[in-house]
Amino acid sequence: MKVNVALAQIKTRLGAVDANLEKHLAVIKEASAGGADLLVFPELSLTGYVLQDLVPTVACRPRGDDPVFKPLLAASQSLDIVVGFVEEDVRNRFYISAAYLSHGEVLHVHRKVYLPTYGLFDEGRFFAWGEHVAAFDTRFGRVGMLICEDFWHASPPYLLWLDGADLFLFSSASPARGLGPNPVLASTEWVDDINRAYASLFTAFVAHTNKVGFEDGLHFAGGAVAYNPEGELLGHGPYHEEALTIVEMDMNQLHRTRARLPLLRDERTSMVLREMTRIVEGGGTNHGRWKAGEA
Amino acid sequence: MIDLTINTDLAGTILTGFIHTEITRTGLKRAVLGLSGGIDSALACVLAARALGPENVLAIRMPYKTSSADSLEDAQKVIDVTGVQSLTIPITAMADAFIATDPQMEPMRRGNIMARCRMVVLYDYSASFRGLVVGTGNKTEILLGYSTLFGDSACALNPLGDLYKTQIRQLSRALGVPASVIDKPPSADLWSGQTDEGELGFTYSEVDQLLYLMVDQRFTPDECVSAGFAAPFVRAVVERIKRNQFKRILPPIAKLSNRTVGYDFLYLRDWGT
Repeated sequence: MKVNVALAQIKTRLGAVDANLEKHLAVIKEASAGGADLLVFPELSLTGYVLQDLVPTVACRPRGDDPVFKPLLAASQSLDIVVGFVEEDVRNRFYISAAYLSHGEVLHVHRKVYLPTYGLFDEGRFFAWGEHVAAFDTRFGRVGMLICEDFWHASPPYLLWLDGADLFLFSSASPARGLGPNPVLASTEWVDDINRAYASLFTAFVAHTNKVGFEDGLHFAGGAVAYNPEGELLGHGPYHEEALTIVEMDMNQLHRTRARLPLLRDERTSMVLREMTRIVEGGGTNHGRWKAGEA
Repeated sequence: MIDLTINTDLAGTILTGFIHTEITRTGLKRAVLGLSGGIDSALACVLAARALGPENVLAIRMPYKTSSADSLEDAQKVIDVTGVQSLTIPITAMADAFIATDPQMEPMRRGNIMARCRMVVLYDYSASFRGLVVGTGNKTEILLGYSTLFGDSACALNPLGDLYKTQIRQLSRALGVPASVIDKPPSADLWSGQTDEGELGFTYSEVDQLLYLMVDQRFTPDECVSAGFAAPFVRAVVERIKRNQFKRILPPIAKLSNRTVGYDFLYLRDWGT
């Protein structure tokens, strides 16, 4: 099976959901005309990134009766769509979320599980932490979605791999940083490196797209990218400008690569669990965030 | 080895994108900047001309009676190279009217008055030319506090504030700033013979390396000394950075209510655009 995956790198208007929705619908048309089966938008594509106190005013709910999702769900009749948005749950907590829409249904919503709150980032101040990392079935196979900082940590992609994901869809609104002598900024180069590493380590397809444009002094560089299970580059969007990058994924490559390189077959998940349990339960404090009650 | 080399193509692309985006999203399409004849404002002018088109940039020369003739000529070279619109508005009359009120006024106060007169001119032309004031302060002077508050530091947007002086020189060479502008000793040109490096007491290339370690690489002052910088130099720079923090932030507002501008009323300037 071959799947045409379109990666949209778009500029957004900060906090102007209606204007961003209009752009989404235009890009969906363009991707559809270009033969895309699946279209991925960046993190917070419906709202912009540095929302701060705008968060409660731009939140929506991924349902058919939501005025923002209604037209998106209608558009998902022609191709599957991943959009980024602020989600408000029934208890009025706000999440950075990505929704996978297909044939008029919301197939899956991922709530960002790692909220960077350091350096230039302040997400933990404005958003609630997602609690789940789960793969889900689509008409193209089993998919895992993560949002930016989620895949700067190795564990969420690993969990998705074990949960059956063969296609990883990553979305970002990543402020570009790290100007040095190289023609690419350090942060964007790093993202390409780890995306390629995940494709190779998990013998899976990885597709990533990133926002473009400026929000005050922050610059978002775009540079969508996709790799196949061999870790080979399938396509790369330009930097610094809006673009729609369409790559063809030959899903049979999973069969060929895994016949050669049975990393998934040999993965010792029970050993991982046993050792994880020992590390976390053993009272040590070497394992990242400590549990409540640990000193 | 401390390497401050930047990719000038990449820097140019990002900074012209920044100027273009952050001006046009306000509904305007033009920029105003003060052209001193020095390297920072020359680079800002080149970037603005690239970002907006030279016809949309107004460069204003604002000499005081003690400003050097070379400065005016160097500024003219930048105007010629970029093709931007230009004006010359001497500030002598407005500055001297006030300076005359205190015969005891020392050079620093006079320098601050000149810088603030130039700010008044730029912001007035910002309104009449319908353009935003593009700032020219670089990372070195922002960190050292080597600027006049509400004077040369006043601007609507600053494309150069994350580049050290050393990097400003590199980018200026790549983007075609005239050589005489790049090669002359940096000076605020507030009084005759003034140079930045003479006033600061160290060279830009020395202090840029130290700042890069301390700020970008998060070295402690002790680690900077271990890396080869003289302890008194490190102490002086640390003290300057600390003492001038007030120039880098908006004035603090005394909190009384539940929601206070600056603390818990948080929006980007690009709100809604």
